[in-house]
Amino acid sequence: MRKLELVCPAGTPAALRAAVDAGAHAVYCGFADETNARNFPGLNFSRAELATGVAYAHARGAKVLVAINTFPIPGREALWREAVADAETAGADAAILADIGVLAYAAENHPRLRRHLSVQAAAANPDAINFYAETFGVRRVVLPRVLTVAEIAAINREIDAETEVFVFGGLCVMAEGRCALSSWATGESPNLSGACSPAAHVVYAEEADALVLKLGGLTLHRSPKDAPQPYPTLCKGCFATEQGGARRESHVFEDPMSLDAATLLPDLAAAGVTALKIEGRQRSRAYVSAVVSSFRKAVDALAAGRPAPPGALAALCEGGDATQGAYRKTWR
Amino acid sequence: MKLTLGPLLFHWPADRIADFYARIADAAPVDRVILGETVCSKRAPFNERAFLDAAERLAAAGKEVAFSTLALPTTKRERTMTAALVDSGFLTEVADVTALRHLPADAPFLVGPLVNVYGEGTLRWFGARGARTVCLPPELSIAQAAAMAATGVETELWAFGRAPLALSGRCYHARLAGRSRDSCQYVCEADPDGLAVDTVDGQPFLAVNGVQTLSEGYVNLAGDLDAVRAAGVARLRLSPHGGDMVAVAQAFRDALDGRIDGPEALARIAALDPGRRFANGYALGRRGIDWTHAA
Repeated sequence: MRKLELVCPAGTPAALRAAVDAGAHAVYCGFADETNARNFPGLNFSRAELATGVAYAHARGAKVLVAINTFPIPGREALWREAVADAETAGADAAILADIGVLAYAAENHPRLRRHLSVQAAAANPDAINFYAETFGVRRVVLPRVLTVAEIAAINREIDAETEVFVFGGLCVMAEGRCALSSWATGESPNLSGACSPAAHVVYAEEADALVLKLGGLTLHRSPKDAPQPYPTLCKGCFATEQGGARRESHVFEDPMSLDAATLLPDLAAAGVTALKIEGRQRSRAYVSAVVSSFRKAVDALAAGRPAPPGALAALCEGGDATQGAYRKTWR
Repeated sequence: MKLTLGPLLFHWPADRIADFYARIADAAPVDRVILGETVCSKRAPFNERAFLDAAERLAAAGKEVAFSTLALPTTKRERTMTAALVDSGFLTEVADVTALRHLPADAPFLVGPLVNVYGEGTLRWFGARGARTVCLPPELSIAQAAAMAATGVETELWAFGRAPLALSGRCYHARLAGRSRDSCQYVCEADPDGLAVDTVDGQPFLAVNGVQTLSEGYVNLAGDLDAVRAAGVARLRLSPHGGDMVAVAQAFRDALDGRIDGPEALARIAALDPGRRFANGYALGRRGIDWTHAA
């Protein structure tokens, strides 16, 4: 069986080296500004760090993909254009882009730099994907996390581009790149500033017997002090609703869970997927190392026709709980 | 400045849709009306006839009519719906790039607020592709809209109604009712303006509308029209709600024409729906939920 490519997160140069050493076929990273969707303090790469990271990866047979996957806001477009040019100069193997204006710029001015379509573009069907492939020469599409495995297989039969799917880590339940919940509460969002539910807007407040998690002054969670505390990502919050006359509190959008599609690798391979993506550029080097080596063993076993090694990743999921997201048809 | 009535985002019964647009045709001072189902393809069989009848009535009343595509088409049927709409002869409002694959190179079209047109380069690309008007994402501020309008491509600003904040493959109305999307039994019909989602402390925050998440507060720029006018925006978008949309449109029209001032427009709109919370934070470059007017 054709071997699946493992695309791994690198929030820092140390994480890049850890991912490559653990067996990543490719790593993805971004510059330290709002041109990428993990614009968090202390994360990401300078131009010099990217060049060094590319050299390290290439010497070990791994590729480097640069995420320039946010949407330029008025007056700031030059920053995105410079990022594309600098990614090519650093020797990156591809740029992961989302914005139509940036795609058009890259296709026209940096045609030799391979173009991938970011999940932030949320291209969720063959027509949208073929539009990007035909108009901007996009060679690979990172699929939004709203599709079932059967839908992914159907997409692959109709498109002239590779597909990459998320298999592990944080899980957006909204169509990526089309969610402004964070800016409604905080003024910052993935599309406006490259960050969702930013830590600067988080407050942990103690009440009599409870710990209250707030984002932008809005309560997202209240739990006993000794209970494990999730990070207050907006769509994983607990809210109150009233339906049919009955009020209740629940995780309206999604429970605080991570995606773990490890057991679906054979199905995803059969669906024609080219690459598997691990989320987590904000994660530690140790986490990256553990997840990448585990998935590399699984990918190698699958390619060799061996049974998958027993999973050891449950402990790394948010709150210890994992879901297969939309891949199983349970959302429908 | 012109007024656009955006597409109905909620699941209303067909007769309510017919009554609503009959009144808009007869009495609302809006220039363009966007029809069609944009949120959930499962609703389309129930409202398609009503939208087609409304198109006829609105056109006869001198309104420009366009139909919106679905905002998140994934299934084969949803793609076919998108392609069929583009071929229908109606002016198309693109709610997802899927429609661009079907639009002939020389066909004019509109771009809705759920397509990511955040920067000048992207706006120029859409203008060159044939976009007649681009409704900017509601997250953008008036200052940013001014930079966009300076490109010369006609822009529209989200000016009234719950802000469309997110789309998902999962239906939250169905999830809350313990159902899957396929077996939803159209539970969203019970909430003609969306289902309120409060914080556990009881603070109003969001509203769900099937696969869509909206703000709980209604965006309302009636008190900020001087800045909007100075920005060079060509059109304002009013999003349909269950209240008196004719009166809302009249208040915006009167304020734009200088017959009433901003505070008077705000007071009139507030009086239509006592207790309603409004927001103008995005327009001022702040968090969206903020409201800077007294009313």
